[in-house]
Amino acid sequence: MSKRDRLSGNEAVAAAIRQINPDVVAAFPITPSTEIPQYISSFKADGLIDTEFITVESEHSAMSACIGASAAGVRAMTATSSAGMALMYELLYVAASDRLPIVMAAVNRALSGPININADHSDSMGARDSGWIQIYSENAQEAYDNMLMAHRIAEHPDVMLPVMICQDGFITSHAVQNIVTEDDAFAKAFIGEYRPEKYLLNPQESLGVGPYSVSVYYMEIKRQQFEAMNSARRVIADVSAEFTARTGRAYAMFESYRMEGAELAVLLMSSSAGTGKVAVDALRERGVKAGLVKLRVFRPFPAAELAGAFPGVKALGIMDKSDGFSGCGGPLGAEVRAALYGKADGIRTIDYIYGLGGRDVRVEDFYEIFDELARMAGGAEAPDCRYHGVRE
Amino acid sequence: MAYNTYSLKEAANRPERFVAGHRMCAGCGSPVAVRAVMRALRPEDRAVVCSATSCLEVSTCTYPYTSWNDSFLHTAFENAAASLNGVEAAYNALKKKGRLTENYKFIAFGGDGGTYDIGFQSLSGAMERGADMVYVCYDNEAYMNTGIQRSSSTPIYTDTTTSATGSRSSGKPQFKKNLTKIMAAHNIPYVAQTTFIGNFKDIHKKAETAIYTEGPAFLNVLAPCPRGWRYPESDLMEICKLAVESCVWPLFEVIEGEWVLNYEPKKKLPVSEYLKVQGRFKHLFEKGAEDLIERIQDDIDRRWEDLINLCNIS
Repeated sequence: MSKRDRLSGNEAVAAAIRQINPDVVAAFPITPSTEIPQYISSFKADGLIDTEFITVESEHSAMSACIGASAAGVRAMTATSSAGMALMYELLYVAASDRLPIVMAAVNRALSGPININADHSDSMGARDSGWIQIYSENAQEAYDNMLMAHRIAEHPDVMLPVMICQDGFITSHAVQNIVTEDDAFAKAFIGEYRPEKYLLNPQESLGVGPYSVSVYYMEIKRQQFEAMNSARRVIADVSAEFTARTGRAYAMFESYRMEGAELAVLLMSSSAGTGKVAVDALRERGVKAGLVKLRVFRPFPAAELAGAFPGVKALGIMDKSDGFSGCGGPLGAEVRAALYGKADGIRTIDYIYGLGGRDVRVEDFYEIFDELARMAGGAEAPDCRYHGVRE
Repeated sequence: MAYNTYSLKEAANRPERFVAGHRMCAGCGSPVAVRAVMRALRPEDRAVVCSATSCLEVSTCTYPYTSWNDSFLHTAFENAAASLNGVEAAYNALKKKGRLTENYKFIAFGGDGGTYDIGFQSLSGAMERGADMVYVCYDNEAYMNTGIQRSSSTPIYTDTTTSATGSRSSGKPQFKKNLTKIMAAHNIPYVAQTTFIGNFKDIHKKAETAIYTEGPAFLNVLAPCPRGWRYPESDLMEICKLAVESCVWPLFEVIEGEWVLNYEPKKKLPVSEYLKVQGRFKHLFEKGAEDLIERIQDDIDRRWEDLINLCNIS
């Protein structure tokens, strides 16, 4: 039976981890994800989980230990943010190429410098090419739900890839919200047991993990990762559909909000989608044909589906909570435009760099953005990319 | 303890766990160290081995081949200890849940680059956390896999490709880090320093003690490299013997904090006897370099005195 509760994003993720009861957690404290390993320590102290908790001396060792544990044949999890994720980057690639279904609770925070503890997506965007599945959560409910789905996706035999469940630091991780949690029996049954096919601690068969691969083998291994990431599309859809059927909460690769007949639209990820929806509702009241697309799954990138997501849209604002410093926009801007190119031509686009380092994103910001989109739809000049909400 | 009943013949006749066909150089100490350590495992026990990125890793587990009969893990250069700590945690989880009945031992191997330098934090962390594993450093005193660059283990005045000798340089300007002592300062149950001497009794006994002591253990094995040290391949054992007889590489253990000297040369050889057989120290025997050898000798003497004091030998 599900239960109404009031939890912060970190508490919601911790609640899911308690239900998952992973075999091994290796984690290092970093704001704003620190609470998650704190909860794990408390759960263990109170006998609520029987997880082996490795209190590592760095995030690099956290991911290394997760790789060791996962390769050994068990469920391994970690939690991190910002510089902690950056310290893991080297090992994120190793985890993915070793095809280890590790699950990470990622609490998005800006990368230094300057040092800043608040939300943006520069940490996980730096890992976008690492081979991890990336799922972004708008609020505590989604962080909880996505975490319950993570192992099913990661451990599917056609996938066997690590997954990071992202939520915005402080905005989501520390804000207490009304959420619905599922009972332990449901959660355990939904997640199921993990029995890998190949693992280090198999007494029947020794295994070598992470061998040196010369040029005649390396590319075939990458090709298999490519295949696995593509298979993840179907598996994410299937697991999400099953979760939706059992909970009534809908999940897909992205959410289209009031996109029927929309002529002006924004595309974005995570917490600001909530603010954007309020703005869209108000604009619709005023007769503005505004809509919003909230991308949930960034890896694998749903390019084909996105190409069909904006019928009738004249101007699209792509909102990047990190700057790729290409000099022409952030990662979402580049990838969404590439998805539309040749498939949904004629939509004018602008890439907004916004909300960096926790810069507040208000309903008024969306009004300004939709005003600009309306001018663009009317033929006005606009840059390909600009910073929004910045003093200049 | 098996120490008293050791027989090289018996040890060598155990089923081989690290097999032929790998691509390590002739005359290299690393695979010799690995075989000696792996021989100390009881045949009925299983093991998971983790290697830091190194000559050892790229030459013994080259896809699709492996020289390891036990499960083997490689992840990166600087994290063998943390990676194996994860495997050990998984083992504890499976044991606790009754999903695994077999006994496993956990052994990490790293070169001095992966141990003294880039992997030091990971090693220190895993040891401090009390992981039930053995970390074996095969110390060849430089980054050999990338082509003989200096490490913090490289002795003073060594000629390497990043501490080159020349008209204004006598080689590496800094002394070698005393890692074994640093590991002893972690207050772990067992720390030992060894190399290949005689019938391999010293390394066998220490490996066995390390593997079968509950909790973390650290073994530092001097493992010469013929390319980096520039000696004929056939001289491996002789070089190790000179290192021990000159007190450059003393054999000792630290058991639950108690320092024990395992071998005291009857007549301590001058360090020059050890240096002169290695091309990496060739420049020290040129005219005008006499004071450099003196400085090395003073340092070796000082370190030996320190060890003697720690072992309470008068």
